Amino acid sequence: MSEQRPDGITPSQTVGPYFKYGLTPNGEYAWNDAFTNNLITPDVSGERIRVEGIVYDGDGVPVPDCMLEIWQADAQGRFSDPQDARALPNSSFKGFGRVGTDAKGGYCFDTIKPGPVPDPDGTPQAPHILLAVYARGMLLHLYTRIYFDDEAANAADPVLALVPADRRATLIARKAASNPTYVLDIHLQGDNETVFFDV
Amino acid sequence: MTLLYPLQSLAAHPPRLSPGYRSTIKRAPQKPLIPIRQTLSELTGPVYGHETVRENDNDLTIQHKGEPLGERIIVHGHVLDEDGRGVPNALVELWQANACGRYVHVVDQHPAPLDPNFTGAGRAQTDASGYYRFVTVKPGAYPWGNHHNAWRPAHIHFSVFGHTFISRLVTQMYFPGDPLFPFDPIFNSVTDEKARARMISSFDLENTQPEWALCYRFNIVLRGRNATPMENKS
Repeated sequence: MSEQRPDGITPSQTVGPYFKYGLTPNGEYAWNDAFTNNLITPDVSGERIRVEGIVYDGDGVPVPDCMLEIWQADAQGRFSDPQDARALPNSSFKGFGRVGTDAKGGYCFDTIKPGPVPDPDGTPQAPHILLAVYARGMLLHLYTRIYFDDEAANAADPVLALVPADRRATLIARKAASNPTYVLDIHLQGDNETVFFDV
Repeated sequence: MTLLYPLQSLAAHPPRLSPGYRSTIKRAPQKPLIPIRQTLSELTGPVYGHETVRENDNDLTIQHKGEPLGERIIVHGHVLDEDGRGVPNALVELWQANACGRYVHVVDQHPAPLDPNFTGAGRAQTDASGYYRFVTVKPGAYPWGNHHNAWRPAHIHFSVFGHTFISRLVTQMYFPGDPLFPFDPIFNSVTDEKARARMISSFDLENTQPEWALCYRFNIVLRGRNATPMENKS
């Protein structure tokens, strides 16, 4: 069926306070999860890691009604999407995860460390995960990236290079004492406000 | 910097800081967002097959032993991009209050009854032309604490996946002619009247089913690509 050319996109509205039973039920409601925070499939190669942290608002108060989504390449830097024309992953790894923050604003994802992905000029980007942040009080979600503090490639990453040096740390997850966990808190506002991208 | 998905499309969205909606004040970033190129990371997105959407996931009236109370409705439409092309195989998720305006979420304690036959969550995948369809009940309006005597217009929450991770859209579908529109700071956070109108479904008599259910049409428009250089506009 053909449609008239629309006069613009559908505007975003907040995910609101009550998304959990529909989007992140996690066994607590009579509805199943389409996505979870565990991206690991038995057949996927690569280093198993956990990424965790806390989401804070402008008062430094943890945000307990936040939804986070991640999107990433596999360990060879390939996306599970035919639009990545290079080579599809040879595993059932999907690269997409979703979680709702807990009562203390905490989140975690179990996944694998992604490989480097080229930028439009073919320059390799340092391993990174895309992160989208949704919450009550956010009329439009925010995009940021998760990098890893043990990657020498960060120094040459073309996206990190666009970020003022004193704010880069907000994008770089720190390797915790308990391997293989990386920690990155998200600050929606304030002195340590996370760098968000206009994409 | 030429972007495959132009940022100009985003002008239809509400400003992140919209003080009439009080919760934005502590949750909107205060530092400018940093523009970056759209790389393969931004220009790809999750692909989900039929295992994600089960048969009947798009009918919210048959998930329990009995039928939910309220006015049964059909909500359908197309997921399109800005150029008017249907988006096939798009995942559409929906959640909403029951006919009394009560959510099953444990935090919602507004004094209206829960309905044991209604959870209020559904899922569908668009067909080859971008078409989706749900059967549900019309949600009720409900009060909230934003300001004195604040009520949300009846709405259904939608979450949609497009071609890329940066095509993601979470929005709310409203019903035509709602008397609460002038008073709702979330609806009015979208400052352009034409853009606000795109969040309002239209009554669809043609697809209303006699003796069974009213029908509403809601098309969802996602970001489009820059026109290709080959396109001849003359």
